[in-house]
Amino acid sequence: MANTPDYSWPPMGQRKVIGQRVKRLDGPVKATGRAKYASDTKPSGMLYGAYVACPHAHAKVTSVDTSEAEKMPGVKAVHVMAPAGTEIQWQGWEVAAVAALTEMQARDAARRIKVAYEAMPHLVHEEDLSKAGANARKGSEQKGGDADQAFQQAEAVSDGQYGFPVITHCCLESHGSVVQWQGETASAWPSTQDVTGYAGQLAASLKIPATNIKVQMDYVGGGFGSKFSPGAWATVAANLSQKAGGRPVRLFLDRQMEQTIAGNRPSAFAKIKIAGKKDGTITAWDSASWGSGGFQPGGPPPQPYVFVNIPNYRRVHTGVSLNVGPSQAWRAPGNQAASYLTCCAMEDFAAKIGMDPIEVFRKNVNYAQPAFQERYQFQLSKAAELAEWKKLWHPRGQSGAAPVKRGLGVAVGTWGGRGHASNCRTTIHPDGSVLVEIGTQDLGTGTRTIITQVAAESLGLPVGAVKLEIGRSDQPRDGASGGSSTVGGVSTSTRKSAVNALEKLFEAAAPALSALPEQLEAVDGKIQVKGSPAKSLTWKEACRKLGTASIAEMGSFNGRNDGAGLSSEGAAGVQIADVSVDTETGLVSINRYVAVQDCGTVINPKLAESQVYGAIIMGISTALFEERIMDRQTGHMLNADMEFYKLAGIGDVGDIVVHMDIRPENDSKGVIGLGEPPAIPICAAVGNAVANAIGVRVAHLPMTPEHVLNTLEGRNA
Amino acid sequence: MSSKKGFSRRGFLQGAGVGGVLGTGLLEREAEAAPAGAAIAGPGAVPITLTINGKPVNLTVEPRVTLIDALRDYVDLTGAKRVCDRGTCGACTVLMNGKSVYSCSVLAIDAQGKSIETIEGMTSPEKMHPVSQAFWENDAQQCGYCTSGFVVACKGFLDEHPNPTEEDVKHGLGGNLCRCGTYMGVRAAALQAAKQMKGGKNG
Repeated sequence: MANTPDYSWPPMGQRKVIGQRVKRLDGPVKATGRAKYASDTKPSGMLYGAYVACPHAHAKVTSVDTSEAEKMPGVKAVHVMAPAGTEIQWQGWEVAAVAALTEMQARDAARRIKVAYEAMPHLVHEEDLSKAGANARKGSEQKGGDADQAFQQAEAVSDGQYGFPVITHCCLESHGSVVQWQGETASAWPSTQDVTGYAGQLAASLKIPATNIKVQMDYVGGGFGSKFSPGAWATVAANLSQKAGGRPVRLFLDRQMEQTIAGNRPSAFAKIKIAGKKDGTITAWDSASWGSGGFQPGGPPPQPYVFVNIPNYRRVHTGVSLNVGPSQAWRAPGNQAASYLTCCAMEDFAAKIGMDPIEVFRKNVNYAQPAFQERYQFQLSKAAELAEWKKLWHPRGQSGAAPVKRGLGVAVGTWGGRGHASNCRTTIHPDGSVLVEIGTQDLGTGTRTIITQVAAESLGLPVGAVKLEIGRSDQPRDGASGGSSTVGGVSTSTRKSAVNALEKLFEAAAPALSALPEQLEAVDGKIQVKGSPAKSLTWKEACRKLGTASIAEMGSFNGRNDGAGLSSEGAAGVQIADVSVDTETGLVSINRYVAVQDCGTVINPKLAESQVYGAIIMGISTALFEERIMDRQTGHMLNADMEFYKLAGIGDVGDIVVHMDIRPENDSKGVIGLGEPPAIPICAAVGNAVANAIGVRVAHLPMTPEHVLNTLEGRNA
Repeated sequence: MSSKKGFSRRGFLQGAGVGGVLGTGLLEREAEAAPAGAAIAGPGAVPITLTINGKPVNLTVEPRVTLIDALRDYVDLTGAKRVCDRGTCGACTVLMNGKSVYSCSVLAIDAQGKSIETIEGMTSPEKMHPVSQAFWENDAQQCGYCTSGFVVACKGFLDEHPNPTEEDVKHGLGGNLCRCGTYMGVRAAALQAAKQMKGGKNG
């Protein structure tokens, strides 16, 4: 048995492809409309599906009559998911579905399904805990140190209330799939974040072997944490397909259902007190928080956030069960709320003692995990420099007499981002062509591009010499793309697979170079003897030595320790928002937004920056505009569309400055995921900037004119 | 009890055809605008001819079918996407007689006699339009679902505003929404494409 190959990354200065600003490989098909998404799929004979959704927030189904619908033109199948007796817990609950020759026919027929309900009392609001009654479930109090004594002895105590609303994922491609179920076999073309896990999950509900389910997805129109599971939706499509004699059925949520039931970020409200000294040192934390993830109330966001070792603390959380669509993982679950609650409370403490909040953050950075302390100090300085903090920041509310007030706010974030378990196969053919296969998915993060860069770097080839195939269930198993786990997983498995394949090629090529395999290296499209580059074969010449036998080598990563420092976890970031608030109209606008972010080894700086830009733009959208609005009387979501559920547009996000913290000490950590980390601090930074501008805390996000003006006028929002 | 709840375009057209039976102001205006004895399309599927990317295409669609659904489900031109389904997000943008329109808000029958250009007619991976090329170079796409609409809207905008400032771009492309947050790339791409379209006479 040969020694384990050296899988470690080439040193920073010696990389040829990794670290290059390679344009995303699927850019041409996306920028020309040729990328085919699940919702673009149209297998032969495909039918169109439509749902019947419950109009009540809480009800019991008393009867379902499909007889009229079944006779409608074009109808091929009707399926009831919620028969009489079903208790429905939110508006939009899927009761029945129809498949027909055209979408219009399916919708017409769905309207003819007669469902009778017995309406029941509902609760759809949680801001006012006193009205939640038995739906509120208070957890046990957690304590450390002596909070009572610390508050009694404190030189200063700040207190505030903070609100973080439910927002929806609003994926542009709605949830759904095309499914064909014929007896013991099925094919699925889903919109998913988990290609290789999909068959297993669907198999459980269809009761056929997972090996008989083929899954393919080339592109997905957004997920952000909401598309891990086939959910009930793929099963419904499969049942319609089966009933329609095995014809494929396309079943996607319409926009209203997508907004109502397909995923949202839980709310978080809190009353927080901080005790400390006048030099900025925090001595105690006290929080009473509440929130809802839907019918399942969910747990608390971690508090205090980042500054986890505040010695004296007391916290209690109340979960509220609501009759609303269920929450889903939302890009850094819990962490956005946690950053908002902690960083806003700390900014309020800084204002209370009249101190610069960056100095307060610095003063307390020793409460962060040791591995992060130096990094936060560096990043606070760097962000302050890029945001011109010294020049532009002013004590809270000292923003002049003009009606438009400018303010700056700071916030921090952290995320693990360790790679998930992943398997990759690299095939080198005698003609020199190279195929890399992983059953992963590219959510638009650039996964295709970075896998190809890693393989090319490892084989000493240009990016164009490597063919990549992803997105199918019959490829080597990868994990779900969530929690920033993909880049660490696929880059590690790809590196191992490519190095393993190269070892085999060295064995085949060594005799022709009169060398031992371990004396060879792959550089610039050649296989050469280390130290004697004149003794070389071109890549193609070397591959011809394989005769007729292709090389196919796996690379596997268990998701924990890769043994070579290829990937790890623990990203940190500091962000600063610079806003203007018109105190006459309540309008908040972003002047400039600065992000300093590390993520270990950066495989493609261009794509890494895009991730940070994207996270910030999405975050600004949530901070300024986004909020699910529920009607108390009907229990309906009132803005279940994209007109009144407002996303930021191209003119709403100001200027964004991204600084990737790629110092060698960060690079040496290996690859760390980047999808979540920069998405965390935005609401907090914007909220703090607004408070800095207008001199008073706007408790509830989003920072809409309504909330800003209510705060300025002293009205309860 | 929802059988009568849905408002269909079929009912709309029938109502309009007999003189505004439903009696809303909108329907009355439509009825008045219709010339006496005008042919009534529908309610069943009718043959229509659309001029898509320079070629006549014969279809049989119900009058209530929108242009986006006709393109996607009847012609298999899937570059334009149906996202918000009600004229908000711009993912369905196509050019009609050279102007950007939301194809979710145009009926296919009303698009007859007009020149419809989709992203498939405008650009291809093998021969990229300067706007597509600029989107690629500036990484103005992530998941890519909004990208087709943005690329077409950008071309429509630049055809009318060949020398835009960044502020013009923010205004001119304000009718398209992206969830992944590619706006920084889109701004840079629009400005780069403007230069290249003039320089290369490639528009």
